[in-house]
Amino acid sequence: MLDKNKLDWIYNKLFTIRFFEERIKKIAKEKSVPGYLHTCIGSEAICVGVMAALNKDDWISSTYRNHGHAIAKDCNLNQITSEIYGRSTGICKGRGGSMHISDFDRGMLGSFGIVAAGPPVVLGAALQEKINNGSKNSVSFFGDGAIHNGAFHEAAGLAKLWNIPMLFVCENNGYAEATATDWHLNTKELSDISKAYDMIAYSGNGNDVFEVFNLTNKALKESRNKQTPIFLEFKNYRFSGQYEGDTQLYQPEEEIENAKKNDPIKLAIDNAKNHNLTKDDIEKYKKNALDTVNSAFDFADTQPWPKGEDALEEVYVNYPREVN
Amino acid sequence: MPIKTVKEAINDALVQSFENDKNVILMGEDIAGGKGREQYRGTQDAWGGPFGVTQGLFTKFGGERVRDTTIAEAGFFGAAVGAAMTGLRPIVELMYVDFAGVCFDQMMNQAAKVRYMFGGKQKVPMVVRTVVGAGFRAGSEHSQTLYSLYTHIPGLKVVAPYDAYDAKGLLLSSIQDDDPVIFMEHKRLYMTSCEVPDDLKPIPLGKGKIRKNGSDVTIVAIQRMNLFAEEAAKELENNNISCEIIDPRSYSPLDEDLIYTSVKKTGRVIIVDESNPKCSLASEISSLISENCFSDLKSGVIKITAPHTPVPFSPPMEDFYIPSSKKIGNAAKELLNA
Ligand SMILES: Cc1ncc(C[n+]2csc(CCOP(=O)(O)OP(=O)(O)O)c2C)c(N)n1
Ligand SMILES: [Mg+2]
Repeated sequence: MLDKNKLDWIYNKLFTIRFFEERIKKIAKEKSVPGYLHTCIGSEAICVGVMAALNKDDWISSTYRNHGHAIAKDCNLNQITSEIYGRSTGICKGRGGSMHISDFDRGMLGSFGIVAAGPPVVLGAALQEKINNGSKNSVSFFGDGAIHNGAFHEAAGLAKLWNIPMLFVCENNGYAEATATDWHLNTKELSDISKAYDMIAYSGNGNDVFEVFNLTNKALKESRNKQTPIFLEFKNYRFSGQYEGDTQLYQPEEEIENAKKNDPIKLAIDNAKNHNLTKDDIEKYKKNALDTVNSAFDFADTQPWPKGEDALEEVYVNYPREVN
Repeated sequence: MPIKTVKEAINDALVQSFENDKNVILMGEDIAGGKGREQYRGTQDAWGGPFGVTQGLFTKFGGERVRDTTIAEAGFFGAAVGAAMTGLRPIVELMYVDFAGVCFDQMMNQAAKVRYMFGGKQKVPMVVRTVVGAGFRAGSEHSQTLYSLYTHIPGLKVVAPYDAYDAKGLLLSSIQDDDPVIFMEHKRLYMTSCEVPDDLKPIPLGKGKIRKNGSDVTIVAIQRMNLFAEEAAKELENNNISCEIIDPRSYSPLDEDLIYTSVKKTGRVIIVDESNPKCSLASEISSLISENCFSDLKSGVIKITAPHTPVPFSPPMEDFYIPSSKKIGNAAKELLNA
């Protein structure tokens, strides 16, 4: 049985991510939000379930679809929102935007916009932990589409060869942009890809936060005990479009309706009684999450814009030389 | 004469090239889109690429020639090299030029070197269509121009059109060209439009264009920077400063003569480049001018470029990053002590 603190954390995060994404989608539609937005409605259980199994300072990498990972990694929601709005108090000082929400102080090595850029970087962090006898876990998040990219394969091969404990966490959400996963996969099961590297792999229901949590816990222990990387596939459904503004016409209505039956938030609510949580508890979580989300948007709305010249900071080669 | 957007002009050039030569094929991620779900709601090509530029091609020419790929750029870029060597004329789409890194080797070491290194027997007639440019609030990994990255490599041709007319004419030539061409499309120009004749002939690569005649100062403007050069030139007329705007249009080969002739006439040059300044097209053109027009120059060459930083996301910082007509105007006034 999970302790109450953990349960509170899991439910709060699930609702916070869902409410946050719903809100930012609405704002993008009605007003506008600068740049590209890739929301993660449908990914909540994977973000929260994996992070619930991690320690606060464990290493992760994320992608352009990172809001859920950042929230579940306990990044400051005010700062996340401020970043998406391009304000100077944003989590990356307004330099990154929605696609690059990342806080190194929370163990985020980065949210990379290049597909499959993350796995090799996480391999490096895991290598560092191994060399220094460190205790932090290393987890790379990526999508089903990323498994076709060389960077993923090279990282997987090295991780196995070097006996590096780390998790390759693949979110199989049915689509890579407008391309269906069942079209782009060469193997019957996505996780079969790990066989090429003789890597241990598990698949789980990415809509069930508790299954994700348990499987991640098991994989972390096994990976550490056996000093080996493990591939985790979590199946879910990308309710969001590839980006805000995507017509999603290629996602059939029946498919969406079917997927809704397994909506991760719905499943978590259905599961509540198994964890001795009452309707009141759920309402409390919802209210809590909504308050957090509301105050984050209120905060971001009032934040100052950076100055143009702030763009020049933190490039470690000044060019051209200042002439006085 | 029909008015076309850059996006439409590119689509027209693709359709025309597909019709004229059955060896022309197109490969890229979601250039059709909706793969695996074709049966639903008529979404035969759900995307036509992220900007909809290739919309309709899949329906017209079929999946054999219009091929959606996985996210495997090194794979399909390399495939384009081999297909080009053996008889096809592949066009590959690099969705954003920022992804160059994951497949650069195929361009730099294979496409560019095959003809030279293997004794000149074989050519590589392929085109890389790619999207460049800031101004979309798309952040550091989706906003670069990287013109000089490709221009640096012997064996690659590099084209960067400004308007719809040039986009169509230059793409037709690029596809007919027997060497690898990097064809750069600026995301902020896709929806701009101008007159484009239906029977437009291919525009030869390596021929620049004088966009405006003038006598006091030459502005060499790269791709979208022509917009700001034109704005600045209009404004500068109020100060009695007459600008000549040169759009080189292609950077490898480069129309050096057109630039030198103009510089010899005006004696003053401003080069405007959206890229980072180090080892940029701006610095290359500047050095060529000082080598070839030194005695004609009345003052030093001025470069207006982005700063030496990644492209920042936040609107005020990104606006600061991108060169502006104001910066061009101020530079011209300084040059002429106006
Ligand atoms: C190297 C590279 N190629 C192409 C893209 C464009 N792109 C962005 S997201 C995406 C699809 C990724 O799908 P998946 O890995 O399944 O992740 P999801 O978006 O479903 O979370 C593509 C092709 C990119 N960012 N990087
Ligand atoms: Mg996916």
